[in-house]
Amino acid sequence: MANKDKTDGEMLKGTLDMMILRTLVTGDAHGHTIAKVIERSSEDVLEVEQGSLYPALHRLEDRGWVSSYWGTSENNRKAKFYRLTSAGRKQLVRETSRWRQMIRAIGLVMGEEATAKGGTR
Amino acid sequence: MSWSRFFRRRRADAELREEVDAYLAEETAENIARGATPEEARRRARIKLGNPQSVRETLWRQNSILLLDTLGRDLKYAARTLRRTPGFTTIAMLVMALCIGAATSLFTVVRSVLLRPLPFRDPGRVVMLYEHFRDARSNQEGFNYNVVSPADFFDWRAQTHGFEDMAAWRYWQFNLSGERGELPELLHAGGGSWNLFPLLGVPAVVGRTFAENEDRPDGNAVMLTWNLFERRFGGNPSIVGRQIHLDGKPYTVVGVLPKWFTYPDAEIEVWVPYASSLPPELLQHHDFHFSHVVARLRPDVSLANAVSQVEAVQYRLHLQYLNAPVAEDVAPRTINDDLARDVKKPLLILMCAAACMLLIGCLNVANLLVARGAARQREMAIRGALGAQRLTLIRAQIMESLLICVAGGVGGVLLSLAATQWLASAWKDLPSAERIHVDGVVLGFACALVFLAALLAGLLPAISSTGKAVFAALQASSRTASGNLSRAALRKTLLTVEIAVTVVLLIGAGLLLKSFARLRSTDAGCVTDNVLTLNYSLPAQKYGVPEKMNGFNESLLEKLRAMPGVRAVALGSTLPGEGYGGDDVFTIKEHPPLKPGAVLPDALTRWADPGYFSALQIPLLKGRFFTGDDRLGQARKVIISNRLARQYFSDENPVGKSIRVPAYNAEFEIVGIVGDTLWWVGERVMPTMYFPILDGGIHTGQALAVRTDSDALAMSIPVQKQIAALDPELPVSNVQTMQQAIGDSLGNARFSATLVLSFAVLSLVLASVGLYGVLSYLMTQRTTELGVRMALGAQRDQVLWMMLWDGLRPAIIGLALGSAASAGIAQLILFMLYDTKPLDPAVYIAVTCTLLTVAILACMIPAWRASRLDPMQALRAE
Repeated sequence: MANKDKTDGEMLKGTLDMMILRTLVTGDAHGHTIAKVIERSSEDVLEVEQGSLYPALHRLEDRGWVSSYWGTSENNRKAKFYRLTSAGRKQLVRETSRWRQMIRAIGLVMGEEATAKGGTR
Repeated sequence: MSWSRFFRRRRADAELREEVDAYLAEETAENIARGATPEEARRRARIKLGNPQSVRETLWRQNSILLLDTLGRDLKYAARTLRRTPGFTTIAMLVMALCIGAATSLFTVVRSVLLRPLPFRDPGRVVMLYEHFRDARSNQEGFNYNVVSPADFFDWRAQTHGFEDMAAWRYWQFNLSGERGELPELLHAGGGSWNLFPLLGVPAVVGRTFAENEDRPDGNAVMLTWNLFERRFGGNPSIVGRQIHLDGKPYTVVGVLPKWFTYPDAEIEVWVPYASSLPPELLQHHDFHFSHVVARLRPDVSLANAVSQVEAVQYRLHLQYLNAPVAEDVAPRTINDDLARDVKKPLLILMCAAACMLLIGCLNVANLLVARGAARQREMAIRGALGAQRLTLIRAQIMESLLICVAGGVGGVLLSLAATQWLASAWKDLPSAERIHVDGVVLGFACALVFLAALLAGLLPAISSTGKAVFAALQASSRTASGNLSRAALRKTLLTVEIAVTVVLLIGAGLLLKSFARLRSTDAGCVTDNVLTLNYSLPAQKYGVPEKMNGFNESLLEKLRAMPGVRAVALGSTLPGEGYGGDDVFTIKEHPPLKPGAVLPDALTRWADPGYFSALQIPLLKGRFFTGDDRLGQARKVIISNRLARQYFSDENPVGKSIRVPAYNAEFEIVGIVGDTLWWVGERVMPTMYFPILDGGIHTGQALAVRTDSDALAMSIPVQKQIAALDPELPVSNVQTMQQAIGDSLGNARFSATLVLSFAVLSLVLASVGLYGVLSYLMTQRTTELGVRMALGAQRDQVLWMMLWDGLRPAIIGLALGSAASAGIAQLILFMLYDTKPLDPAVYIAVTCTLLTVAILACMIPAWRASRLDPMQALRAE
């Protein structure tokens, strides 16, 4: 059980980072907004665990892909905002293209695999 | 994961907490907007967030460097444990500071003297070349490298191609006259061939070095060392191009050498070209040995190849001058080794002694840590049972010894800074003492020592206290757990090794001390009490005529002998115990000629005035002393030493026979035989020839000995005044008593004996502390057992003996092992021993008694305490 969680988390890591970066393209946002935007735009399929969101944000900041500052949220509350840096923008472009390749490759594999499996069932 | 994050974890954590709070507020507000009650809204927000603590922990870990983190924790624990026992900690740190300090100091000296290249251009390719004779004496220690004769050097340089260049230098001395009323002084000088400085890559800081055409017998160029330039000429560069007077002859200053240039030693204060101030014909000689040859190897030639070329030339010369002392071979050595000469081996031996002491220090700390391990057995067992890996436990324990060693190391390095200064100044023979200082490599060495010591002292106890047996400690009946016994065995083994090493040090120190005592009590062969000695040198410029020189010497002797308080005065070239002085080969006219190629007999040469022998109380064995008539034309007389007579005349009467000295191309009639004197304390007596000092020859450097009624030093000023009255421009040097002069030659023996002895005494103290510690520990371990024994009727003195024997066993085994090892190791210091056998029974017995006494004293206290146990209390304990 623990193992499964771990691998899930790891799988999510790369994509979560990418999605966070993508979310920030439209403008600076704080953690709550980022999570909400991801959930909304995935039609609530993806649920962002806060336990991975904040470590991910800090990691991105560590690598210089986002920067942060304290500001006021739309509801007039103090919140930490994240902004995409130019390095982060480049990283997003790189990751997006890698992601597309990956989706295509997996699609190719799964297309055949799915039919084979379907056949046996 | 990054360093900046690692050190800002706390701030990052606080920020995260705020961030999470903001998130919760945001989510709650949203839920309220959706219509939930505030209570419900907050609950749902919390559910959505999950466990904030775990978020914080994830981030904290993400920001941590794992190894550093655990290391930091281990260090903190170790520091706390050490702080709990300040006594133990202080002692352990002091021990390590002393041991590491001593080892570091000696390494500093070893590095500066033996390892660090001299600051010359590409010093790796600079070698010294010497002549090497094949006869037995020349193959002894200290005689393998014979100084080179000028003609040999010129031939080597002209006829071989393996070296880029070869230069020669020689020791010399001058009287420097005061130009503007300063006192005259005697300067040590170097005579270096014009290419010496370019070869070494030493530029002049002011002016220039010598030109080729200045390197000739009537040359008058001179270079000043920085020291003389600063001291005597106020560091004024305008001295270059001006004249100074050496031995009354004008020389032009052409340049000043850099401050760092103190080769071959710091005593030399001026340099003249090699050929200057030498009689021109001397440069043609193949048998006047006085030069040191420096050669720079060509990069494309191997040393062996280059030397073999020189050897070929030298062997040809040897064949050409079969009956003269012209060596057969050539011996090279590195310039560092050349300077280190006599100190290399003693230095390495002292380094080994320091290493032994360090080993003992480590063993001692290890021993103390093993004892502490006992107290923490339960802790280790519990941590192990809870899943701590053995490596983690070992690491945690090593931290303690690491802390001790690091603190000791810091103290040790500070200590060694002071100790190195002392070593450099106290050890007279140390070459380039001014270059001795702590540098990066030395600090690196000290760090390496610290970690090595920490491992050595920490690993054994750590491994022993984390083994499987330790888990037995968790069992209820752990009073006599097997771990304790094995630990006691380990401690005894450590102790045995410690004592063995101590014994080796003690025996080494004992041998050196005995040898020193022997040296001090050696009979120099002449009177040494109440004798004032000094040297002066009559410059050839002023006293070039024999009558003038004799006139000065005789009137000085006459004046001094007339002084109240003066018993006798001796004038010679080299006084007993003052050094080698010089030697020459000779043949005996009445003996059949030696076959060509045979080694000619060789003897030290001395000049003496008629009163010399009686003043120094050197006994006359046969014939007569010199008289005032043995002078000028009538001076072809010689007095030989007893050793020479016995060695070369066996049972005939030498008096009346004649000795021929090829170097002077003259025959001398033997008029007397006198007792042997030592030329250097600790060196073998050599055959000696004495010639009359009034023979009219040009003697550079006279040695005067004044025997007085009482305190000799009190006469030094009156005697110097008499000299100044005769010639105010004549400087005197080395004004000291004969005992001081001879004491100089004892300096090294005293030095190494004292140093090794202090190491040994310290080791003995450490070993006895170790013995005491082990036995006290054993006693507490065995309290219950002893209680049972006594309850069953064991007598107190039986218990006393049992405990005593338990403690003494490792001491006795260690003593046996150490003595056996010393018998081998003593062979290594054979060359430092004088008239002392490496297996000297007195030393071995003394060391055995000392060690046993100390061991019994150390064991007595815990053993006595054990025998005073109250059985009832012992049984109730625990």
